[in-house]
Amino acid sequence: MRGNAFEAKVKADGGTELMRLLSERLSGQSPPPASGEVLVPDLSAAGPEGRTARTALALREATEARAWALLDHPLLALEVAGSPAYLEPDAVVVRPDGRWTVVEIKSFPMIDGSADAAKVGAAARQAAVYVLALERVALHTAGAEVADRVLLVCPKDFSNLPAASVVDVRKQLSVTRRQLARLTRIEDIAAGLPEGTTFDLGHCSGEELTAAVESVAAAYAPECLSACELAFHCRHRARAEGAVETLGRGVRGELGGLTTVGAVLAAAHGGAGDPADPTVSALRRAAALRAEALAAAGASGAPADGAVDGSGPAVSAIGSANEAVTCR
Amino acid sequence: MSLISTLARLEAVESGRARPLATVRHRRISDEPLVLVPLTTAGEAGAPLGALVGTDRDAPRLLTVAQPRDRDLRFAFLGELAEAVLPYLDTYAEVIEPAERNETDPETGKRVKVEVELCVDAPQLIVPSRPGIDFVRLLGRSMRFRRTAEDDPDTPYPAPPRVPLLGRWLTHYGERARVPGSSLLLAATDLLNRHWATGQSSLEDQHLGALLAWIDPPEGVSGAEAALRAELDRDRGGQLRCPPAGPATDPAFDNRLLAPAIEGYDRARQALAAAEDGPGAEEQLARLSAAERDIRELLAGVMRPTWDAVWHGLDLLRALPEGERVADRWTRDRWSFTGHRDRVRAGEPPQPRLDDAVTAAQKLASRETAQAQLEAQEALDDPLVFAGRRLSGEAFLSEVTEVVMAYSESKRPSPRPLVTVRTDDRPHLEAGTKVFRSLDGKPQSAEFVRSSAEDADDNDADGVLVLRLTDRMGRGKEPAPGSVPEKGDRIAWTLFEHDQRGGPKLPDPEETPWTHGGPPGADDATPPHARAEAHAPDPVTEEDFL
Ligand code: SF4
Repeated sequence: MRGNAFEAKVKADGGTELMRLLSERLSGQSPPPASGEVLVPDLSAAGPEGRTARTALALREATEARAWALLDHPLLALEVAGSPAYLEPDAVVVRPDGRWTVVEIKSFPMIDGSADAAKVGAAARQAAVYVLALERVALHTAGAEVADRVLLVCPKDFSNLPAASVVDVRKQLSVTRRQLARLTRIEDIAAGLPEGTTFDLGHCSGEELTAAVESVAAAYAPECLSACELAFHCRHRARAEGAVETLGRGVRGELGGLTTVGAVLAAAHGGAGDPADPTVSALRRAAALRAEALAAAGASGAPADGAVDGSGPAVSAIGSANEAVTCR
Repeated sequence: MSLISTLARLEAVESGRARPLATVRHRRISDEPLVLVPLTTAGEAGAPLGALVGTDRDAPRLLTVAQPRDRDLRFAFLGELAEAVLPYLDTYAEVIEPAERNETDPETGKRVKVEVELCVDAPQLIVPSRPGIDFVRLLGRSMRFRRTAEDDPDTPYPAPPRVPLLGRWLTHYGERARVPGSSLLLAATDLLNRHWATGQSSLEDQHLGALLAWIDPPEGVSGAEAALRAELDRDRGGQLRCPPAGPATDPAFDNRLLAPAIEGYDRARQALAAAEDGPGAEEQLARLSAAERDIRELLAGVMRPTWDAVWHGLDLLRALPEGERVADRWTRDRWSFTGHRDRVRAGEPPQPRLDDAVTAAQKLASRETAQAQLEAQEALDDPLVFAGRRLSGEAFLSEVTEVVMAYSESKRPSPRPLVTVRTDDRPHLEAGTKVFRSLDGKPQSAEFVRSSAEDADDNDADGVLVLRLTDRMGRGKEPAPGSVPEKGDRIAWTLFEHDQRGGPKLPDPEETPWTHGGPPGADDATPPHARAEAHAPDPVTEEDFL
């Protein structure tokens, strides 16, 4: 694949090209190190613990040696909800002044100096997690400091030549720190599950697995669809419950204490809810205005300013266009 | 999302079918739009893989790239695309009407009217989804700096003849698509989402098949169910029955069908090269054509449902009557098209890679104006949009209960009648707030005087407002006939202006202040070669993807 070939190209020759990009973007005037000057430690070891230990050692050694070093696919550990999660950045560069910089190599292009904002945002969030994990290692390393600006390397324009840009991840760092601190510990979640619950695919049937998954509370939102493999399952459940979040996270905020589709519509159409509640009264007004506008348009097609233009009923025309739906 | 649109989504959930968000169509749909369904290659950062293009829903033109890593094949694709799109643009460029435009006379510096041409209609491009618009921009960017053999006989990889020109047009359309309310380049999903609310989130609404399923499900199936099928249903071979609207393809398609087909094509090519002109060459050539045909069939198979879906969406949209002020915005699109036609004809270079400071600021300002204008026009054209502005206190519907004649206190008194109205709405008014109504399509303004609380015996004084009309009543002492409302008239007032004007004028690019980098190219610090580079072709490498 193009992505892997590009990453290999960026790191080739002991990282000469990568170091040049890094110096150009981050070191001001100082020249990049000569190719022999950069240590490229071997990070291979058995198992994730072994590899994280090896990475930490290499970081420490390079920092003590006040040398340039390129760590290719180091392995870092970060505690998430009480359990270790292993993370593998594309590269980490150690500079002689003890500064560690996360490098992310992506295959989306940087055209005329800018790349797709959504993709850059995702890369920044990802890199922030690496920075957090690195900070834990730096804590135990004298003279080390983790940069809160990371280097993003992408193909330049339409070529496979690298282009780099510096991304400030301070905001993503504070968001991630907050989220990590708020997470419920896995042990606490497990403690609330029925005795004997297992997610082990090898040791339970499909039904048992479904039951196990359902026993864990989920907070589905449409964003899950692009991030989590359980999304269709959770969506199905949330829809069955009539949860308003299925329509978007923002929707919940608009609707105050009303959490289900049925409750909102009942309140809006006067069947339930306290009219003194500002959410309920706003909903009723919205529903009345909507119904009035639809009725007006259906009856005369008159635009709002009263300039009747004789156009036919707008809304009812739709159902009659009974074209074949292609995706059937 | 306003509360009214949220309600529409909830109603859609409940009824299992999309609900209207508009009662008129707020965008122009041309009588003969050009539909473009593009596909890109997975893992190749946007290399084109194929496209369906054309104005005839029953006969799309199929363009494919059998091996997306092969520059010659990609260039051939782009050349064919140019041949499919440019003649369509040309037909519109030729049909013109005389028009006038304000220009600054370079000698006197005065504003003068000049006679110019305006194309009577503009070509319209429709793509399936928003990423399709991004891809049009990407194609435009990649093509407009290319050199053809005619431009430069020494260029290492000459582009087919009209490819740079297509690049300039796609760039223009891609930029225009950023202007709110423009209809030159539209995504079918955006169009449908503007007019209907589904019972799913806006993220899921980006799936054209699911979106259409909510709006117009097949007989006997709810929209919700049909949408779910469109998202998830696969055939026995594991392929989606409703392939994604692109430009990205489904991984199952890439891995199981496309990758083997491309491998087959590569092998056939190698075999043909090995056979050279030998006895087996003819047979190998036949194999290569067969391999290419396989790929074409595969790609046609995943693009055709999207192609049909786009036209289906256009049918649904056409069933809505066009909003009254859509024509006004379309005229701006015609100016935009004509303007670019003129720049191309005048031999101007392609659009630069990056805008200079003044151009960038100008674009931003004009988009802000367009946004305000769009919001006002949509509200005036559509009671359902207007309802949203009523809900937010930016407009109100009223009935006139009394009109009292009054005059201004100047030497030549002009009519300033006091109009008392009753409303159930709750507009955010303070003494002196300006309000507007539409009078023969032009805005008439009034100012808010007071809530009629003086009428002590009226317990419902809350909804009684006194407004003073301030213009459009003619020059005489007596107001022009029909210019003052009468008792019993129902009038829609807005707190926002109907005609949004641009903000402060920006300097011409040549006058860019030094704080913003100075005039483009004039900067002493810019070496001459850098100025020339602004339009220079991109450096080419062996592994380019586009
Ligand atoms: S989809 Fe995934 S992330 Fe979202 S609620 Fe379900 S389990 Fe959690």
